[in-house]
Amino acid sequence: MQNSGSQTPRVRHRKRSSEGFQEASKANGSHLLVHDQNKYRSMLIRTYSTVWMIGGFALVIYLGHLYIAAMIVVIQIFMAKELFNLLRRSHEDRQLPGFRMLNWHFFFTAMLFVYGRILSQQLVNTVTTDMVLYKLVSKLVKYHMIACYALYIAGFVWFIVTLKKKMYKYQFSQYAWTHMILIVVFTQSAFTVANIFEGIFWFLLPATLIVINDIAAYIFGFFFGRTPLIKLSPKKTWEGFIGASFTTMISAFLLASIMGRFKWLTCPRKDLSTGWLQCDPDPFFRPEYYTLPRWFSQLFPWKEVAIMPVQWHALCLGLFASIIAPFGGFFASGFKRAFKIKDFGDSIPGHGGITDRMDCQMVMAVFAYIYHQSFVVAMNLSVETILGQILMNLTLEEQQSLFMKLGQMINETMTVQS
Amino acid sequence: MAMQNGSSQTPWVRHRRHSNEDVQEASKANETHLLVNDQNKYRSMLVRAYSSVWMIGGFALIIYMGHLYITAMIVVIQIFMARELFNLLRRAHVDRCLPGFRMLNWHFFFTAMLFVYGRILGQRLVNTVTSDKVLYQLVSKLIKYQMIACYSLYTAGFVWFILTLKKGMYKYQFGQYAWTHMILIVVFTQSAFTVANIFEGVFWFLLPATLIVINDIAAYFFGFFFGRTPLIKLSPKKTWEGFIGASFTTMISAFVLANIMGRFQWLTCPRKDLSTSWLQCDPGPLFRPEYYTVPKWFPEWFPWKEMAIMPVQWHALCLGLFASIIAPFGGFFASGFKRAFKIKVCNLKHS
Repeated sequence: MQNSGSQTPRVRHRKRSSEGFQEASKANGSHLLVHDQNKYRSMLIRTYSTVWMIGGFALVIYLGHLYIAAMIVVIQIFMAKELFNLLRRSHEDRQLPGFRMLNWHFFFTAMLFVYGRILSQQLVNTVTTDMVLYKLVSKLVKYHMIACYALYIAGFVWFIVTLKKKMYKYQFSQYAWTHMILIVVFTQSAFTVANIFEGIFWFLLPATLIVINDIAAYIFGFFFGRTPLIKLSPKKTWEGFIGASFTTMISAFLLASIMGRFKWLTCPRKDLSTGWLQCDPDPFFRPEYYTLPRWFSQLFPWKEVAIMPVQWHALCLGLFASIIAPFGGFFASGFKRAFKIKDFGDSIPGHGGITDRMDCQMVMAVFAYIYHQSFVVAMNLSVETILGQILMNLTLEEQQSLFMKLGQMINETMTVQS
Repeated sequence: MAMQNGSSQTPWVRHRRHSNEDVQEASKANETHLLVNDQNKYRSMLVRAYSSVWMIGGFALIIYMGHLYITAMIVVIQIFMARELFNLLRRAHVDRCLPGFRMLNWHFFFTAMLFVYGRILGQRLVNTVTSDKVLYQLVSKLIKYQMIACYSLYTAGFVWFILTLKKGMYKYQFGQYAWTHMILIVVFTQSAFTVANIFEGVFWFLLPATLIVINDIAAYFFGFFFGRTPLIKLSPKKTWEGFIGASFTTMISAFVLANIMGRFQWLTCPRKDLSTSWLQCDPGPLFRPEYYTVPKWFPEWFPWKEMAIMPVQWHALCLGLFASIIAPFGGFFASGFKRAFKIKVCNLKHS
């Protein structure tokens, strides 16, 4: 059964035999989806599960920031479990009792470190009402870094003390592998959660663009696919790639306008509550009116068009999603071939594991966060935002000291100027 | 007969001549390992003492010259470490089929360098160029977009890696990619933190580094004279006597050295820009001595009736405790690593 690329990142589906067999036995033409006999039936099955997953996802978005973060944590745990088990060799493991525990110890440490950093300010803001809890949480946040470091050192010492003769190479490889997995898994989920609390828009838009890119590539490949794109993924075609790029960029532009109208999606969440959000709309989400050129308005009924500044940023996100994000999928394909793995796991029957679905999402999440930090937050510096950051991040004494120093500096500048 | 040399001297000349695991277990009895029974030990100690003196001298010169030169020294050490480590698990015959693959390592190295030092020294670079208007604007813009520039470089390397994947070599290439990441993390984490500490005050770099040197030298000498009970199978030369003796020595010297180093403003003042001029500052409450009267139960012959102790000396005790107890595990890790991958550093005769 030849099934082609993917539909959504969660139903990424590659049934590939190992490298050699594929090259030797199939001619190029029979790969391409456009020649597949069973494709219509498999498309129906996939559409059915896609609809269910999109429905579930929409429900979680409706429930709010905290539930989305919880969903991401659950996905992360499953990904880590799949990846930890991937290069494990059971006969060696039987001689090393407790060695698997080390992986989960480092996982827990990484979780504490990453989420502690990202959500610390939100946590402090949630417990401001209760005095005792506030003091406790503030102390925890202050010594958070050294606590995580102490846990890491404990794991490091434990690793060295349990080194067993003749198993050194296996143990060191597992140690390096654990670090690599944790970095890959936690970087993208940390950035995703950080983006969520800045406003669900900055998580929903990139994720949706990846989904649209996949679906569009599938459909364009289905109908028009002829020229293969890259040897690593023989099902991908240039027609699918280019068609999907255009579709992604156009939908980025439109979706940004649609999503930008909902305060639930655009307001940042400053604490860990789950209530309704109210905030002043960001300058990014205020529509600016452009009058259309005369030749355009003669053909179409609109005289002027309202474009939010965020839509231009969405175009950049769309460009990245269509051009660079597929490389995440190529990386995963190459990795599976290198280590002769068919799928990363078997959590979802018939479709492989969670990692199979999240490979492109990971690359996109990191880019969305970095883009947001460089271009959105930076441009946003105004008196209100800085005031908000001061109120959020500094203690009362620090605020008073800032006020005094700022007063002094302004007085000096005034005397110099006059 | 392999030359039995004891443990290391300074972190920069960590030097363990181990033969292969099995040979060591099979052919030598336990007693001949311990340094205290070695015939050639006096001669090797003289040789080692001579090179230690030269290294300590060179290091002191660089400390005198200042923050920027210390940073430069660390960058140079880093480049050499990275080169050694990159070459370690490389297989030359496989590499010949992959032209330009080595370049990828150095591309990621350069990206990591830009990212790490850009973040740490960014604000200081801006402070250095405040006088010149044009340069100031240029540098501010660079700092603002530093993160996205580094990310673009990393993504370019990532795409380049995928495009150069060659059939039949996938496993080697992925292994090398992961290995590159691990090396860069190990090398850059420690050098980034070191450089960050230097600009907070040379004291916070000099004291920890000196404590490690003292710990090593003290462990060597205690093992030399008193060593009997082996400490851990990974490093058969280490002994419990050396370990405990070195712990006490390290903690006492931490307390004393913190006092000595804390008197120099060159060492305690933070550096806010990238200049190399003399430093003036208010050292802060940590470095102001507080006077304690000696308690009555102290012996009569103790010459001082009251002691001036800087608060930083208590912190130095914690640093000393860590240096003596946890830091040796870094050495055990390296020993285990070398055995795991059968890396022989010895270029002398070995049986």
